[in-house]
Amino acid sequence: MSVPHALQILTFVVLISALTKPLGAYMARVFLGERTALSRVLSPLERAIYRLCGIDAAEEQRWTGYAAAALLFNLAGMVLLYLLQRLQGFLPLNPQGFGPVAPDLAFNTAASFSTNTNWQAYAGESTMSYLTQMAGLTVQNFVSAGTGIAVAVALIRGLARRSADTIGNFWVDLVRATLYVLLPISVVVALFFVSQGIPQNLNRYVQATTLEGTPQLIAQGPVASQEVIKLLGTNGGGFFNANSAHPYENPTPLTNLLEMLLIFAIPAGLTYTFGRMVGDTRQGWAVWAAMAALFLAGLVVALLTEQAGNPLFAQFGIDQSASNLQPGGNLEGKEVRFGIVASVLFAVVTTAAACGAVNTMHDSLLPLTGAVTLFNMQLGEVVFGGVGAGLYGILIFALLAVFIAGLMVGRTPEYLGKKIESFEMKMAMLFVLAGAASILIFTAWASVAPYGVGSIRNPGPHGFSEILYAYSSGTGNNGSAFAGLNTNTAFYNVTIALAMLVGRFLMMVPVLAIAGSLARKPRVPPSLGTFPTDGPLFVSLLVGTVLIVGALNFLPALALGPIVEHLLLTAGHTF
Amino acid sequence: MRVNDRQPAGDSETEGRGTVVRPPRTVPARDADPTRGLEPPLVRTPETDEMKELLQRRLRGTSPWSGKLLRRALRDAVTKLDPRHLVANPVIFVAEIGAALTTAVTLAQLASPGPGRGFGVSFGIQVSLWLWFTVLFANFAEALAEARGKAQAETLRATRKETPARRLSDGREEIVPSSRLRKGDIVLVREGEIIPGDGEVIEGIAYVNEAAITGESAPVLKEPGTDIRSGVTAGTQVVSDWLKIRITADPGESFLDRMIALVEGARRQKTPNEIALTILLVGLTLIFLLVVATLEPFAIYAGNPVSTVVLVALFVCLIPTTIGGLLAAIGIAGMDRVARFNVLALSGRAVEAAGDVDVILLDKTGTITYGNRLAAEIIPVNGASLLDALIAARQSSLADQTPEGRSLRALAEQLGAPSEDGLAPDAEVIPFTAQTRLSGVRQNGHEYLKGAPEAVLAKVGEDAPPDLRVQVERIAREGGTALALALDGRVVGVVYLKDTVKPGLRQRFENFRRMGVRTIMITGDNPLTAATIAREAGVDDVVAEATPEDKIRVIREQQAQGHVVAMTGDGTNDAPALAQADVALAMNSGTAAAKEAANLVDLDSNPTKLLEVIALGKQLLITRGAITTFSIANDVAKYFAIIPALFAGAYPQLDRLDVMRLSSPESAILSAVIFNALIIVALVPLALRGVSYRPAPAAELLRRNLLVYGAGGIVAPFIGIKLIDLIITALGLA
Repeated sequence: MSVPHALQILTFVVLISALTKPLGAYMARVFLGERTALSRVLSPLERAIYRLCGIDAAEEQRWTGYAAAALLFNLAGMVLLYLLQRLQGFLPLNPQGFGPVAPDLAFNTAASFSTNTNWQAYAGESTMSYLTQMAGLTVQNFVSAGTGIAVAVALIRGLARRSADTIGNFWVDLVRATLYVLLPISVVVALFFVSQGIPQNLNRYVQATTLEGTPQLIAQGPVASQEVIKLLGTNGGGFFNANSAHPYENPTPLTNLLEMLLIFAIPAGLTYTFGRMVGDTRQGWAVWAAMAALFLAGLVVALLTEQAGNPLFAQFGIDQSASNLQPGGNLEGKEVRFGIVASVLFAVVTTAAACGAVNTMHDSLLPLTGAVTLFNMQLGEVVFGGVGAGLYGILIFALLAVFIAGLMVGRTPEYLGKKIESFEMKMAMLFVLAGAASILIFTAWASVAPYGVGSIRNPGPHGFSEILYAYSSGTGNNGSAFAGLNTNTAFYNVTIALAMLVGRFLMMVPVLAIAGSLARKPRVPPSLGTFPTDGPLFVSLLVGTVLIVGALNFLPALALGPIVEHLLLTAGHTF
Repeated sequence: MRVNDRQPAGDSETEGRGTVVRPPRTVPARDADPTRGLEPPLVRTPETDEMKELLQRRLRGTSPWSGKLLRRALRDAVTKLDPRHLVANPVIFVAEIGAALTTAVTLAQLASPGPGRGFGVSFGIQVSLWLWFTVLFANFAEALAEARGKAQAETLRATRKETPARRLSDGREEIVPSSRLRKGDIVLVREGEIIPGDGEVIEGIAYVNEAAITGESAPVLKEPGTDIRSGVTAGTQVVSDWLKIRITADPGESFLDRMIALVEGARRQKTPNEIALTILLVGLTLIFLLVVATLEPFAIYAGNPVSTVVLVALFVCLIPTTIGGLLAAIGIAGMDRVARFNVLALSGRAVEAAGDVDVILLDKTGTITYGNRLAAEIIPVNGASLLDALIAARQSSLADQTPEGRSLRALAEQLGAPSEDGLAPDAEVIPFTAQTRLSGVRQNGHEYLKGAPEAVLAKVGEDAPPDLRVQVERIAREGGTALALALDGRVVGVVYLKDTVKPGLRQRFENFRRMGVRTIMITGDNPLTAATIAREAGVDDVVAEATPEDKIRVIREQQAQGHVVAMTGDGTNDAPALAQADVALAMNSGTAAAKEAANLVDLDSNPTKLLEVIALGKQLLITRGAITTFSIANDVAKYFAIIPALFAGAYPQLDRLDVMRLSSPESAILSAVIFNALIIVALVPLALRGVSYRPAPAAELLRRNLLVYGAGGIVAPFIGIKLIDLIITALGLA
């Protein structure tokens, strides 16, 4: 690895580390209901929203009420988005005159955006009207992210409160997350994006003639406003089909860096929010460290693999090493503007966090890099993960880690002074089972059914990886695709939509149940006999638990996909 | 008052049955109280044979590896194959279904041999056999843990046999069998007779041998009207005098009955922690069911379907059979360790909760101190020599049989007072009275006095010498009691009497601090005295001038802060606090109310045992956690053994994952299955004995146990599977 390469990574890591505390502290103030710098402007607006919607901000909900509100809100959003797609032909802001989206695709897309997945079985510039993009997709980008943050905050409250019945008010958390966190950052960054060349207009597509003399249709639209929340909310749904590889979505190296920072910003910041809200920031940093360790491990494997290049080229005497004249490595499927490091970094970031925006084609990654992106998603999207979802996911793993190993200190396992008992275990296992079942069962179905296998363009293990990736991405609410698989079929649209719904809501409800149960418990004060959850020992235990649970679930599948593909590639077979 | 001069029963008594003549032996009574004129009987009345055998067994303990227990466990392991029984243990139940499935498939293959999928019939037979062994080994572990309890219950049952009772009704005495006694009946028990039911002494004073219950052969004093000496237990024997007893339990509900049920494990219920762990294990089993069930479609996609036998083998290897098979045994063995410690756990929950305790409430008197003031210093004053002071101290106490008097005599002699001069026959003893507040002896022309300083000064007609005043003030400041000594009408010294902390407690409390357990001493003493004792014993906190109601208040306060509180007690007024505490250890000598409210009963009535019970609770939890971690960590190696073997047909390249370089796919799968079965047996001793535990902070324990059972759990199967592979390849089995 050359110095500029190392510097790119170092810059990213340093900036994320530096962002964690200020953003996390700000979010803690927001969710503790304290005054913030923006309160003067936003709190009248906030109060107006409550008045308009008839919300009593002081009234708190039990976990059941909180979960019901979250589910109903997202169901309503999903129905609205479905209708908007189906009816876009009759609605304004449709300069290209797109007709209704097919029912199965509309269902898939509605599920996709309301679950914070942004799996796209369509190409934005040739399917969705501006109204659908703005009022449908972008709105869901905000509120699905807000839902994730709200649930994470509810779980934090469950851990922080003692002997309490309630875990907060979903409506208040949703409004605050959107109004105080997502919107202000989005407004500022969208303006910056425009300055970098990202379009923000409602114009018709531009007809141009290329230097070769062929006509080209250049898509336009309100891109900047959707771009920022696509990343900040770890949504990932591109305005254009090429996503962040498109020059209009990601015009400069600076926007590329900023986009990656936006993806990790809130998931990383929430770890600090967590520490602050439970009264011990070391607890938050321990979770942050576990996430960072998992992220860096994946990044190192992916970088080494991609930079080493394709082993098949070696026999032709092709120089694949990085030098001043060439980036070297495996450039297939990568945007040359970004090169190896910025592409691999983006790929690892976007799969570690449940974002799914891509600036490189994951299908063209070497098998082992593909395995890293797959495994990142299969770990349950807890390596920073989706906004909110990443934090609540890793906290569930923390409960599991503490439960399995915590007995070894001779006490009933406890996390932050909360005893982990049958109910929590039941819900935590449900959480793990839901994810594993969705990925494994749908993949198994698709890999033997003719309508599943029929969509595969590359046979053998690579085709298997494509199916596995689709359901891992859907269940993990990631949304990135391995491509190479035609998923715009009724079977894939419906099953991936189901995977997304299971991966979101069947995992969210157990989390809220745990939050409610933990909130009711007293907090055992720490002593020398307490399992320490703020040191390197716990960090490695947490990393180990995430890895072992992930490996036990998916090692056989990975062995039949990317691992065997890698072994076959080194033996000279390709697919 | 408890006296600590108990001696363990001598070996000569319990060795060699069948000896006819045996010299009588004195056994100091546990509550011997010579000051009240109650001497324990010098010669024990003969015990029943059953009692002797019981005593012997309790002292020796039955080894789980004794032939009788092993045979019984092996037999039980087979009967436990009954699915109706096994369903209570989901992991092993699922393993049994797997074993049945592979057996059926293999038999079908035998019946119609043909080019089936997989590795052939011999492989199928071997896998099936080892899967059955897996289930059997798990059953054996549980049966072995239960066997001890069952054997112990049989011995106890022998003491419960029908005894004739003298029931008193309307002043008449009638002989009825003990089974006809009901609550409220009054019975008379004479010397040498067995007490027919649990009850309360209402008349008479007698020594009772409670060996049947406690395994302790020293007789105990029983008398009416005191909290700690009124309760008697069925099956124990009156060895002197007589007692009139009001029966407090109907037949079948006596303490002995409960004890039998407990050691037998008949009413054993899963503890909350076991339930939570079982949920984890069931969850993991479901996950692996998913993994293995979806593996077949994946394999079909790869063009290499896998046979049922291999899939089941993989499945059983992956599910946590190790901890699933040992979980019950760990729990039973943990209770058994507590029982062997002579503490009766009335629920498994109590032992687990003991591990969670982080605050202990300790009575000062009887628990931390011996409960009486003993001489700690003798200081010469008023210009007298040390020898004069020592002589005055010793001689003035010659006739004083109180613990204070004896301790003063012993201390004086230890410090150098001549000890040959006894109480002369013509000595004049000056007894202690509340009015004079002094006592002493006049003999051989000398007068030796000791007593309250003002009283002694008044008696000898002296003003207080300045150094005496200084000493008396110091002693008062430190919470002690000062006595003045006078020799022939002159003040010669000061005695410092203080409450004495039991030896070794300081170290134990220090250990507790390292474990994160806080000790709170509760006492009726004034704050000054309390603070002195607290400092000396090294407790963390003190509640002085406490009333019985304060105990329950302190417990509630601590619990409200999230602490898990343990306490000991024996009196009826302790009962509400015992009921409130999370872990409550009642003394067997205590009242029925106290024993009822507690969840642990110490048969030896030794309150400091709470400390050991906590350690045993922690050991139980650690053992469970260690084997769980080990079991889950094992799976990594099994994947590396089985996955390459599974797809050897379609993707021979996958053998790069076979880091163990196993000899063949068949051998790889078989080795993993055999390892999975044998590891259960290999861990049985650990499950029964418990993971070694010494008090240490949680972080230290975690680091060590994670290394041994986590990292060890990942590495061990790589080595084990490789070894088994070498052996079965050498034997030509695969």
